[in-house]
Amino acid sequence: MRIDGAGLINRNKPVTFSFDGRSYQGFEGDTLASALLANGVRLMGRSFKYHRPRGVFTAGSEEPNALMTVGRGAAQTPNVRATVQEIYEGLEARSQNRWPSLSADLLSVNDLLSPFLGAGFYYKTFMWPRSFWEKLYEPVIRRAAGLGALSGAPDTARYDRAYAFCDLLVVGSGPSGLMAALTAARAGADVILCEEDSAFGGRLNSEAEEIDGAPARDWVQAVLAELDSLPNVRLMKRTTVTGAYDQGTYGALQRVALHMADPGDRPLETFWHIAAKACVLAAGALERPIAFPMNDRPGVMMASALRSYLHRFNVAPGKRVAVFGNNDGARQTAEDLRAAGVEVAALVDSRPEAELPVGFNAFKGAQVIHTKGYMGLKSITVSTGSREEVIEADCLAVSGGWNPTLHLTCHMGARPVWDETLAAFLPAEKSVPGMIPAGAAKGIFSTAGCLADGQRAAKEALKALGLKAKASDLPAASDAPYSVAPLWQVPGKGRAWLDFQNDVTVKDVKQAAQENFRSVEHMKRYTTQGMATDQGKNSNVGALAVLADATGRGIPETGTTTFRPPFAPVSIAAMGAGARGKGFAPERFTTSHAANIARGAPMIEAGLWYRPSYFPRPGDAGWQEACNREVGFVRNAVGVCDVSTLGKIDIQGPDAAAFLDFVYCNTFSTLKEGRVRYGLMLREDGHVMDDGTCARLGETHYLMTTTTAAAGQVMKHLEFVSQALRPELDVSFTSVTEHWAQFAVAGPKSRALLDSLLDAPVDESAFPFMGCGAVTVAGVPARLFRISFSGEHAYEIAVPARYGAALYGDLVARAEVLGGGAYGMEALNVLRIEKGFITHAEIHGRTTAFDIGMGRMVSARKDCIGKAASRREGLSGPEREQLVGLRPVLPEGRLPAGAHLFSENRPPTRENSEGYVTSTCFSPSLGHEIALGFLKNGPLRRGEVVKLVDHLRGVETLCTVCDPVFIDPDGGRMRG
Amino acid sequence: MRITCPYCGTRDLREFSYRGAASDLERPDAEAPPEEWHAYLHLRDNPAGVTRDLWYHEMGCASWLVVTRNTVTHEILACDLARDVALKAREAKR
Ligand SMILES: [Zn+2]
Repeated sequence: MRIDGAGLINRNKPVTFSFDGRSYQGFEGDTLASALLANGVRLMGRSFKYHRPRGVFTAGSEEPNALMTVGRGAAQTPNVRATVQEIYEGLEARSQNRWPSLSADLLSVNDLLSPFLGAGFYYKTFMWPRSFWEKLYEPVIRRAAGLGALSGAPDTARYDRAYAFCDLLVVGSGPSGLMAALTAARAGADVILCEEDSAFGGRLNSEAEEIDGAPARDWVQAVLAELDSLPNVRLMKRTTVTGAYDQGTYGALQRVALHMADPGDRPLETFWHIAAKACVLAAGALERPIAFPMNDRPGVMMASALRSYLHRFNVAPGKRVAVFGNNDGARQTAEDLRAAGVEVAALVDSRPEAELPVGFNAFKGAQVIHTKGYMGLKSITVSTGSREEVIEADCLAVSGGWNPTLHLTCHMGARPVWDETLAAFLPAEKSVPGMIPAGAAKGIFSTAGCLADGQRAAKEALKALGLKAKASDLPAASDAPYSVAPLWQVPGKGRAWLDFQNDVTVKDVKQAAQENFRSVEHMKRYTTQGMATDQGKNSNVGALAVLADATGRGIPETGTTTFRPPFAPVSIAAMGAGARGKGFAPERFTTSHAANIARGAPMIEAGLWYRPSYFPRPGDAGWQEACNREVGFVRNAVGVCDVSTLGKIDIQGPDAAAFLDFVYCNTFSTLKEGRVRYGLMLREDGHVMDDGTCARLGETHYLMTTTTAAAGQVMKHLEFVSQALRPELDVSFTSVTEHWAQFAVAGPKSRALLDSLLDAPVDESAFPFMGCGAVTVAGVPARLFRISFSGEHAYEIAVPARYGAALYGDLVARAEVLGGGAYGMEALNVLRIEKGFITHAEIHGRTTAFDIGMGRMVSARKDCIGKAASRREGLSGPEREQLVGLRPVLPEGRLPAGAHLFSENRPPTRENSEGYVTSTCFSPSLGHEIALGFLKNGPLRRGEVVKLVDHLRGVETLCTVCDPVFIDPDGGRMRG
Repeated sequence: MRITCPYCGTRDLREFSYRGAASDLERPDAEAPPEEWHAYLHLRDNPAGVTRDLWYHEMGCASWLVVTRNTVTHEILACDLARDVALKAREAKR
């Protein structure tokens, strides 16, 4: 029910929204919870396991009960806390975890079965038979016990990630946070003030407090106005600091547009990474419940939440409200209710010595021992020990004392410390470097104390920052002492809830202790206490106290409660913003990309690169026909292929040759200028890292190529070797992969093509096989390499990338005139398999130089990376699987990659495997499939027939072991 | 986590990639006995406390760095260029 008062709602701006299909009205400034309470709605959800009817329990992000689904279709968001969600025009909210409706939930039968569904029931009941778990029990349990569901449709909303840097991050904007921000801002520090709520002010918005003799909110407004006017302050409300990480890094989730009917082009949420030199943690404290029998009725809520609804939202959550507590918060709540004109049914204080004001139906040294009202509270039973009284009430405000919000102080492993006087955990000293807890987060609960401590914390931070605080007075405020008499559980008939969200009761924790789950970590896992989305904010300390009692230990001896990030749930969409779809993996295009697309080539991914698979022509039966045609271009005329994706590393310096001798297993110092050599690079553990060609362009100038896949890895490796292992060598290198567009021109007519294109015909003496040098194309300086990855007479020509597209078009046009054309990756792969050239299919990380038949390339005359390890026992010898060629005995035989090789007369089982197939293709030149693979002692078994078995595809083929070079074994075509 | 690169200043973890223990700098001689090579290649300490690791400023200046940090407190105690560390070790050997 709405009452009079000067809260933070705007009564001039009514807002219409719906809950479970019914339309309601609230005001701007309302949360979903406050607006529903104002409309007399008490039932807001069903509990996770027992489907108990539940009402709103808190007024903050710790809410365990009032979880709802907001929105429809793809934009539907489940498990939204009604206490955090602000209402906007047209907002649609629905209750969760009920069927068919919130008031008539058939699954509440679980509640009747609760004696059988206590802690550990999963483990005990559903163990056998094992196969039933997956097929029967788990799906049924999941359906019965659950939270809201996602729509299943892709979320089209925008989310964002952002980065910020500051001197001081202030977490929380209550009296401590505002005072800390103000003190630091006045001293000139660069300040970010984060507030989780939609309004700055913390508890000052929710209490009838005065500062400097005026309503506390006036002081809040004055401080905010000053902070807002300063250029060195950033105010971020609706921003939850979710985690504290190393070296002053903090994560924060900002609800940018979740409160707007039309977000426009704003992101719904932004996840911030904030790097702060110092931090003041002024996150306040969370009031904790008391576990008394049947304490989960809709209408039972935290006393501080009730005061929030009363003062900030001008809502009375009940007509006859009872109050129960173990500290002065109970008395304060009763007085606030009376002042607001709400009937107080009873004031129950568990402390026998409590001083209670007159005019209330007051009970000292008393406890609430029972409640009634299934769909909503109807009455409470109060016991003084000697007598019991049933009192009608539709709302009960509970206060079990306060727990400092110290979650962030635990994020780097520190454990909080138990304080006997406050009956609460306090942040450990120096728990997070650079973070200074202040005010209620540190156990200081009076307003005056918080103001002073906020100022103190800021001064401490300023000192660390090398700044000086300006002298200023503290505002005057109430300094009421906080006294609490621990009260964790009230014995009596009926279940007493500790964890409302996961339906964990006092009995469950006691049972855990009885079954010897005495460690707090075991108890939590056995009962699931603290493992719901509220992460135990409402229940950890209470459950620990009950466990301590059940095991006859004190709280500090029983354990501590610690917290991991995030402080509050963070949507994965916000954390992964920008990394969906194409944002997940950027695309790299070659200069020939547009031309290849125009020719209709399907593109395949090679790392981040996109390369043409083949070039279809009208009438083709399929890709194989195109591939065969393109292989024919190269074998019979001339083919053109963009090879720019290969890594290119420019290496210069007086010691370039010595450096290359060290990173390659073969020798490059002996390579003549104007010549190219194949190079093999090992890892230090003796296995092959990468291969490629390396050209000597000048006395102290080399150009290394790497495979497309390993370009980044090789660059990093070269940097490591140069900086960390051979720092005395004078050599520099830089990646020039993007700078040069490079095209293979391959086939018997390649020379003719180039002669027609280059400004001067190819000089045979300057460009023998494995020669290289400078040429010009239409006046543009280019580089020409006579190298071949196809086994044909071939060249690669490189021009500055800006000429790539033009040159490619020209090359393909000239090739077509000569009876050739462009070829794609399929043809390139066939051409190299026919020649036994390896790729990363063969050098997959477990093969040595010996395995690929290049053992002798490891020079005996010099040291190199991987040399010592490559001589290790077991990395060479007949037991190794070594590179071989395979051809089917019958021409139609298939040789799928991934198949294993077996001796012909042995059963094809794992332990009999003697090798495997790595690369395979149909060879148009030979008219049957051919393959490369690895076979134990392979090179000495040429001519032997082995059995190839692919259990996945159901293929079994007899094949003959052969030399991996299928075509032109002497290389005459390549050299000629 | 934030690492202070001697060239670039304090930068976010995302700019760096991790390699492993800084003992990778102590490469044995080519003719060292197999045991020494085995230790270099395969044996690593796993200290609870101060450790020295190799990091690469991949999204920055491409420097290899030796970061001295505490695995218990996550405190970063020093950050040096691997080149300087390697040269210093070489001088000490002489
Ligand atoms: Zn750097």
